[in-house]
Amino acid sequence: MLDPRGWRMTEQQEPKKAPRPKIPRQKMPEQSAIERAHNFYEVALGYTNDLALLEASRCLRCKKPYCMKGCPVEIDIPDFIEMIKQGDLIGASWKIKEKNSLPRIAGRVCPQETQCEATCVLNKKGKGEPCAIGRLERFVADWAAQHAADELPELPKPTGHKVAVVGSGPAGLTLAGGLIKKGIAVTVMEALHELGGVLVYGIPEFRLPKAIVKAEIDELRRLGVEFKTNWVVGRVETVDDLLEKHDCVFIGTGAGAPLFLRIPGENLNGVYSANEYLTRSNLMRAYMFPEADTPIAKGRRVVVFGGGNVAMDSARTALRLGAEEVTIVYRRTMAELPARAEETHHAEEEGIKFKLLTAPLEILGNEAGWIVGIRCQEMELGEPDESGRRRPVPVEGKLFDIECDTAIVAIGNAANPLVPSTTKNLETNKWGNIVADLETGKTSRDRIWAGGDIVTGAATVILAMGAGRKAANSVMQTFGVS
Amino acid sequence: MFEILEKARIGPGVHRAVISALEIARAHRPGQFVILRCYDQGERIPLTIADKDSEKGTITLVWQEVGVTTYHFGTMEVGERLQDLCGPLGKPTHIENFGTVVGVGGGIGIAPLYPITKGMMAAGNHVISIIGARTEGLLFMTEEMRKVSHELLISTDDGSYGIHGFVTQVLKDLIDKGTKVDMVVAIGPVPMMKAVANLTRGYNLPTVVSLNPIMVDGTGMCGACRVEVGGKTMFGCVDGPEFDGHLVDFDLLTKRLAMYKGPELIALNRFRETERGCKCSIPGGGA
Repeated sequence: MLDPRGWRMTEQQEPKKAPRPKIPRQKMPEQSAIERAHNFYEVALGYTNDLALLEASRCLRCKKPYCMKGCPVEIDIPDFIEMIKQGDLIGASWKIKEKNSLPRIAGRVCPQETQCEATCVLNKKGKGEPCAIGRLERFVADWAAQHAADELPELPKPTGHKVAVVGSGPAGLTLAGGLIKKGIAVTVMEALHELGGVLVYGIPEFRLPKAIVKAEIDELRRLGVEFKTNWVVGRVETVDDLLEKHDCVFIGTGAGAPLFLRIPGENLNGVYSANEYLTRSNLMRAYMFPEADTPIAKGRRVVVFGGGNVAMDSARTALRLGAEEVTIVYRRTMAELPARAEETHHAEEEGIKFKLLTAPLEILGNEAGWIVGIRCQEMELGEPDESGRRRPVPVEGKLFDIECDTAIVAIGNAANPLVPSTTKNLETNKWGNIVADLETGKTSRDRIWAGGDIVTGAATVILAMGAGRKAANSVMQTFGVS
Repeated sequence: MFEILEKARIGPGVHRAVISALEIARAHRPGQFVILRCYDQGERIPLTIADKDSEKGTITLVWQEVGVTTYHFGTMEVGERLQDLCGPLGKPTHIENFGTVVGVGGGIGIAPLYPITKGMMAAGNHVISIIGARTEGLLFMTEEMRKVSHELLISTDDGSYGIHGFVTQVLKDLIDKGTKVDMVVAIGPVPMMKAVANLTRGYNLPTVVSLNPIMVDGTGMCGACRVEVGGKTMFGCVDGPEFDGHLVDFDLLTKRLAMYKGPELIALNRFRETERGCKCSIPGGGA
């Protein structure tokens, strides 16, 4: 407050020692919504040095770090943040990589708000906002990739063990990273032509640039992990074939079989599974068509069914491909939307429309077999179902049509049966997921581990990473490697 | 890996190549296919394996120029390598001793029919093959087919070679003659497979068709290859590519195959302006 004689005040009175100013949670710079809605560049731009230092200074360095309990891979969060404060960014990077081989990816796609940041003490007090752990992880990992990309940790002598990994997604890569650093030889097999699984075919460039995935995988390769692409386990060779040449096999094939709505008209042209839509755009780079050969329907009016992160990714991809109007159709309300709050927020900012309490009944088509619209049923929320969410029930007689030329079905994925069905005596549950111990990844078969979406059903990248980490620990224990 | 060891133009716009692919050759069973990419910005397309030599570690592919990738592949020469080759994919043909098996191959469908008839013959079946094309110049692999068939019937739509007429007519005559037929395998353009299925339905003859829907990954992940069989949605890549011909919705398949007609032309025109694209032949023109 300025006294009218302020200059005198400062001259005459010793000001009281001000309390340490409360530093607010630092926002991460990002492309403006108007700009980014028309390009495939990354939305979030990352912290600058100054912002990172400021944010790091917010960490209280708790004696009992609850944040670590919220992290599926148990990163030493207070330690790495302390190193940022001290300016030791390489040290911070190694600290993270002790537990997470893919920090640039996790820093971008982890739902920190429900994990480490949810349990941060700053958050617990109810008032302040949690320390932005995810943004700091991303900052450190990006910095290390730019400034110390060639540095690798010293590797121990090879133990002589050999592990085969089926699938190069987050679970398999995490396991590979964990084992190779202990001297265990790892070969990763991937069915597609590019490595990374859902990180390259599913998550869009604007959320996770493919160059980053490639760089993280290159680091694993330099550590000695071997990779085989175009290698379909279950067809080229079976898991049992792999067991003849390896000490054990880890199955991390993900939830790769798209679910459809099972309503009339679903096979009309212009109706995609989110997997296909995103694979065309991400893996096959259809957004560059015709510079890349793979085409994609560039819809004018696009409807997306579903309310998860994949639905948001699909909707935002459609927008960037040039759609004039993109509508997310979801059976429940905004409150039940399973997508990350940040993703929903970004989608809204970019102009994605939400048609809530709406269930599709039929996809309408023309003579040529193309979609022209969808017939919908208005819903309302009834009693909670077994998931605890209130079950949507139809409002009698309330039907309406939405005109559209493209529809994307993003209602989830089931387990791809190729590997389970070609592996004898491997126990699966009624949904076709492999039955595995969630703490160790051990399956019903000796020497076979599994983890990630093939075990849990479609979940998040970090949970798959956590499963890969736990399985790696279990494999090491079995081999007597510490 | 994936080096082109031999290559020949075996008809107008039709190529045959032998490719080094050790693991695929070892694991391949008749009826299975591969997914390939020619270069780093290329699309993934499925091609049924026409033959293999597991000792040499090679597979044979036969393809017709239709879109940008098949044209691109057509310009590749011996010594060049495919960017990616993934397989074997899809379920193998169900092969056992059925008795008498009639293989019907139309146009480019003759190539994928070859390993199936070969397998059926090895399983002890009496194999009758009916192959046909629009005109004599479009027929190929006739000598190879003769070797894997007890009887080989050839027809052309215009009568320029063999029997004058469609393969369906030849099949109908064969059945009407009283030939005991236990199983029909038909591979070719969608209208041909549809016609064969419609014909054999009347005779209650089990008929297998091999479908060629648009695919991306080929491992059951994307669902681009959805087909309806007996009213149920199936994935061509993992549930097929072979299905009961009497239950397939061929009209839906035709419509779905036309989904990218527009973009395909754009991509092809663009390719023709590239240095490599100048090398391709004019569609429907001579070699």
